[in-house]
Amino acid sequence: MTEITLSIKGLRKKIGKREIIKGLDFELKSGEVFGFLGPNGAGKTTTIRMLVGLIRPTAGSIQVCGYDVKKNFVKAMSHLGCIVENPELYPYLTGLENLQHFSRMIPNFDSNHLEYVIKLVRLQDRINDPVKTYSLGMRQRLGIAQALLGKPKVLILDEPTNGLDPMGIREMREFIRFLAEKEGLTVLVSSHLLSEIQLMCDRVAVISKGKVIKVDTVKNLLHFQEQLVWKVSPVEEGKKLLQTVTTVKLDKENRLVTPLSDKSSSWNHMLVEHGIEVHEIQRKVPALEDLFLELTGGESVE
Amino acid sequence: MNKLIFNEMLKIIRKRKLIVVVAIMVVLISLFTYAQFREVQRQIEKLGDVDWRTTLQQQIVDTQNRLTSSGISDEWKAQLQIRVQQQQYYLDNNINPAEPGAPTFVRSFAQESITLFVPLLIMIIAADIVSSERSAGTVKLLLTRPVKRWKILLSKYIALLLSISIIVVLMGVLAYLISGVVFGFGGWNAPVLTGFTSIGGELNTSNVQLIDQWQYILMEFGLVWFVAIVVGTLSFMLSVLLKSTSASMGVMLAALIAGLILSNLVSSWQSAKYLFMINLDLTGYIAGSSPPVPGMTLLFSIGVLSIWAVGALLISFSVFVRQDVY
Repeated sequence: MTEITLSIKGLRKKIGKREIIKGLDFELKSGEVFGFLGPNGAGKTTTIRMLVGLIRPTAGSIQVCGYDVKKNFVKAMSHLGCIVENPELYPYLTGLENLQHFSRMIPNFDSNHLEYVIKLVRLQDRINDPVKTYSLGMRQRLGIAQALLGKPKVLILDEPTNGLDPMGIREMREFIRFLAEKEGLTVLVSSHLLSEIQLMCDRVAVISKGKVIKVDTVKNLLHFQEQLVWKVSPVEEGKKLLQTVTTVKLDKENRLVTPLSDKSSSWNHMLVEHGIEVHEIQRKVPALEDLFLELTGGESVE
Repeated sequence: MNKLIFNEMLKIIRKRKLIVVVAIMVVLISLFTYAQFREVQRQIEKLGDVDWRTTLQQQIVDTQNRLTSSGISDEWKAQLQIRVQQQQYYLDNNINPAEPGAPTFVRSFAQESITLFVPLLIMIIAADIVSSERSAGTVKLLLTRPVKRWKILLSKYIALLLSISIIVVLMGVLAYLISGVVFGFGGWNAPVLTGFTSIGGELNTSNVQLIDQWQYILMEFGLVWFVAIVVGTLSFMLSVLLKSTSASMGVMLAALIAGLILSNLVSSWQSAKYLFMINLDLTGYIAGSSPPVPGMTLLFSIGVLSIWAVGALLISFSVFVRQDVY
């Protein structure tokens, strides 16, 4: 179950003279949730629009399950489902009519699948109401239902938790995990909210100013960054002492920060022996925020 | 493809566009019928006689009186002269040009509505058929289906053609039914003269033919339908090019009204005859009124309109298939 379902090579987009996307390469496998992370204006939405064929790339290729989006649009699209930005459906039609409308655009559509999808997103009670009476969360679910109509292998969701309440965000997260784990879909999720990506993705591509800065598993990225925070007094002497064995930084709250190490107990022992009081040792799992700041060199993130 | 067209028709109907158009038609046709009814009443009061010959003779005298006044433009004078000669011809041949009844109303209604009323109704549907999908953002869902873009646009165009046909047919039916209540439903076989041409302000009657009114109405509606399709196609192009429905409506409306104004001004500006809005009055040719620019014929106008429509279609498709959707 590790076939490559979406592959992007040398993707570029120029608008006028400005190059917005400056060469993206990555590959997605089946059954994984892939995070696409970057600040607003980094080029996430532009990239997603190229992936789903709304914008023509200036250079590079996009393949969905081996079919090129440009050369073999129909085949590529039949394996792909997406929501780009908000799920904008026809407000004057009912939920069911919206789904039927889009199902008529799928060749050889099996009408049993319609019921299955409606149950999957739990809209059976309201499916005959006009979409204009739906809440944002319901619209988002209906949006996912239409994306799943064609039994896609790749699902692309642009900011899927945007505007949802905390309950809705949690439901959406669990649903995305379910689709990847139980249905074996590849899910590409874009977000500027780092906590989101951290909670639901297996791998993540960090993107800034149209370039991929890093692609790795969420676990690796976090591990790489784990630190120990020491609260000691007197601070200066403690710092000098620790500097003899490892690298030490002083943080804003006057605490000492060292890399995570299995020797930390002996460091502690050493501090105590030299008469330095150790009030607190804290293991800090950094949020992607910190990571992002470090990778992009301080570009601000919401 | 049938399913795609079904989708588009569903959207037009559920957006209540067709109902709005039908409602407008019912209201306006009722108004015109009432106005016509009052006019007939007035003439009966004035002349005290319902014989059409007296009425027609009176009309000719009225028009000739207007011709002698100095304050009218040359174009208008030429138009009036043609009309007087035509009316005289009807009188000489003992044929009533306005046989009372619903078919006569339908005939004059089609003739009057071809340059503005029908194009306006068509615009209501055509102007937003693509741009509404863009402004609502649903175009993103539409274009990420496993269907080629040109097929999606074609299904929209065919749905537009179907709606236009429905509107033109309904217009005829409604005009007949509503006016029939007041004027009676008979008169399909009344004789009508067609084939007048004007050369240098003189009426040429050498090709005049006598045909039944129903044949004349059928011809008229064919021309109305053709004009509706041309106007629909041009609005369709604007709907592809412009993101907002009101912008495409505005542009089209400006062009149509400019056409009405220009038609009365351009007799000395030869190349204006290649503008589509000058050529819309196709029913004028079979009624025998003088064209806006001398030398224009029915075939010429149909040709000009066809070229505009084909050009608009080409532009619509090539833009829609290539454009980046944001």
